[in-house]
Amino acid sequence: METISKAIKKKDHDSKISGQALYADDYVMNGMLYGRLLGSSKARARITAIIIPDLPEGYLVVDKYDVPGTNRVQIIQDDTPVFAEETVEFVGDPILMVVGPEYNKVESILENIVVLYEELVPTFNMRKADTVFFDYHYAKGDFDKAQDEADHIFEETFQTGHQEHAYLETQGIIAYPHAGRMVIRGSMQCPYYVHTAVTKALGYDARNVQVIQETTGGGFGGKEDFPSILACQTAAAALKTNRPVKVIFNRREDMAFTSKRHPSVCTYKVAVKDNMITGMGIDLILNGGAYTTHSSVVLQRALISSSGVYKIDNLRVAGRAVKTNMVPSGAYRGFGSPQTIFALEMMMDHVARKLGTESLEFKEKHMVKQGDTTATSGKHHFHVPLPEMIQRINELTDYPAKRKRYSRQSGRYRRGMGLALSFHGCGFTGSAEGEHIKPVVRIRKAADDQVEILTGNTDMGQGLKTTFCKIVGETLGIPFEQVLIENPDTDRVPDSGPTVASRSIMIVGSLLQQAAEKLRQIWQTGEEQIVEEHYVEPKFIIPFDLERFRGDAYPTYSWAVNAVEVEIDTLTAETRILGAWGIYDVGVPIDLNIIQGQMQGGLLQGIGYAAMEKIDYNAQGIIRNNNFSDYSIPTAMDVPNLVTEVINNPYTHGPYGAKGAGELSFAGAAPAYVEALENALGVDLNKVPFTMEDTMGVLREVHHHD
Amino acid sequence: MISFMLNGTKVVSTARANEPLLNVLRNEFHLSGVKCGCNEGECGACAVILDGRLANSCMVALGSIQGSKVITIEGYRTTERFTVLDMAYASVGAVQCGFCIPGMILASECILAKNPNPTRAEIQAGISGNLCRCTGYNAIVAAIGIAAKEGQGLW
Repeated sequence: METISKAIKKKDHDSKISGQALYADDYVMNGMLYGRLLGSSKARARITAIIIPDLPEGYLVVDKYDVPGTNRVQIIQDDTPVFAEETVEFVGDPILMVVGPEYNKVESILENIVVLYEELVPTFNMRKADTVFFDYHYAKGDFDKAQDEADHIFEETFQTGHQEHAYLETQGIIAYPHAGRMVIRGSMQCPYYVHTAVTKALGYDARNVQVIQETTGGGFGGKEDFPSILACQTAAAALKTNRPVKVIFNRREDMAFTSKRHPSVCTYKVAVKDNMITGMGIDLILNGGAYTTHSSVVLQRALISSSGVYKIDNLRVAGRAVKTNMVPSGAYRGFGSPQTIFALEMMMDHVARKLGTESLEFKEKHMVKQGDTTATSGKHHFHVPLPEMIQRINELTDYPAKRKRYSRQSGRYRRGMGLALSFHGCGFTGSAEGEHIKPVVRIRKAADDQVEILTGNTDMGQGLKTTFCKIVGETLGIPFEQVLIENPDTDRVPDSGPTVASRSIMIVGSLLQQAAEKLRQIWQTGEEQIVEEHYVEPKFIIPFDLERFRGDAYPTYSWAVNAVEVEIDTLTAETRILGAWGIYDVGVPIDLNIIQGQMQGGLLQGIGYAAMEKIDYNAQGIIRNNNFSDYSIPTAMDVPNLVTEVINNPYTHGPYGAKGAGELSFAGAAPAYVEALENALGVDLNKVPFTMEDTMGVLREVHHHD
Repeated sequence: MISFMLNGTKVVSTARANEPLLNVLRNEFHLSGVKCGCNEGECGACAVILDGRLANSCMVALGSIQGSKVITIEGYRTTERFTVLDMAYASVGAVQCGFCIPGMILASECILAKNPNPTRAEIQAGISGNLCRCTGYNAIVAAIGIAAKEGQGLW
């Protein structure tokens, strides 16, 4: 273990454990008004009239006419309206906001507003969607030739569902005008994204918008794009009323009307010759929901990750993100790759079974190693530690023996064991870091020799305040306590890019290490000193061409091996998870406790995705289970003892050898879980979530055929 | 007017009897350590100790607690037992986003008050009404186990 990996007490521990940390809803300002949104009750309709009752004094309605700049939220594109224009595109599409001094009165006004609609035919089925937001494809080698020469061709389709982030703190924003400027405070991952969006919506000069992140109660991608939307709406209200306006979503609003993981349908066509896969044809549809938000980049990552950890010489990959009249899908831990990795791992498992070989052995025969080309004809520049990671998981779980034993069972209780190999491409896809983000960091040493880190990156629980301070403290050779970091405020911090894509440590942490090294060299005790550092793309990277999906999509990859063991009661279909394991390569952990927290937390979210989390839409496009009673996330009773370990595999271009971590832990859980179910039930399965009801369906079918 | 003991002090609330205790604590007594995660009794972020038992304050009507004792994180954090839990949670990095933590700490207290040497399964059951989306619960379960060991005699 490296010295830096030794866990220390987290920077934000004291304020959080004592309940003193202030989250958006904990702020009350003088003259503050409360806002609530009125969302569409129709999935697709033209608004013909809005009938607003007489409003009591001090209460106002804010809508598209109150957005002084552009009534659009700048995300990647700007098709998301701040407030609905002529039409509404999903149930919950925000039409207007009611603001006033008393929350209960705001709520009752909202209930008395009548919106008249001319209903249009909505689209819910992504396979029948006629609006294609994004359409990408790429190839490597010659898949047609591989098919012509194949001994076997296998084809199968896989499905994945929506997933709700279920961060414990709901979305919340406060906006207030101050000295001719607009100030935004709230729960968010990316203050500079919010800054860009609010600047455009208000039509302000960028200097007149200030965004401050407050302590954020979880994000997982769910506070990547959505806070930009809510901030534009709240800012419009603050401008109109000339007062502070606070909007805090209740849980039901949050679950029904904010972004989710993209559902997918993915078809794999696999050519096999001499028991080896020679080619894959992959076709993916992502359900983007009503607006584009982050669908383009989610689709890119999904497609680039679609052949996973395997070396496939002939690839033909195509995918579309389509429009449906459902809540816009957005960023969620893994960002598209969990969908294709699920399909891929299941496909590998199914092909192995059809060829009469053991699943893991078959996967091992196809694994990439250092020097191999990637799916996009880039290069795996660094050591791929999968063999030693597989060896370790076999030691921990006795996987091969159990897998074999479980394939021949009788009796009421049947066990199963599944194993998945996965990776996560670290950082933004392609050349975005150098071309669009251009991150900048600053370190300021005060005259009292306290050192402050200035970046736009946020701690939403993942431990960034602690890891950043450790990197800077270690490099400067000063105690951790001497390094300070506050929640970012765009008036004080440079734009070091968003807190997404498992990039913060690898990219921003690296810049901080360089800045700290510079400061160390020029350190003058008792002087105020400022060091700034700008991103430069590492030289080894093969430039990525997004038009052709060619080159290094990522500088490096983090690797994961996951295993899950289950026991199914074939009478009731109740499925117990006996164990869940993860061996992870994140380079060098900057803090072992933090990495363990990321690995275990992500693994359990993945188990939830696989086994129980199902968004239930009705025929009108309304999410029926918009609460924690009906949309279950794992509780402490649903977890086995999660066993997670990290290996040491220093990344030469990351700070102290670290690379991306936060998203890595997620993707392997679903295929490992479903493979375990297959092992127990003796059938091929092809979707997540795979709930107990689904298992009951399989058991009935099997029983019927018996 | 309902009077009750709040963190050791007698208080009187002027709110209506059907007002949820959560709102009374946050809005009238400015105890912002009591968090609202769902407002329907499912997540445990608003948990308080009510007459020695863990209760979701969003589900408790003010009118039902006349004469009761309520402890929130603001009161509990001054105790020696809190210090032991604080150190145990810190040692394994069990605090991530922090939103579930005030409720989780009070749940930890209730587990240990009932049984100073709980098994892993008893700890899991004891925090099963407190949702956490960050940690996977392992670190929290471990922290409560550590506190049980380190706090011998306190519970």
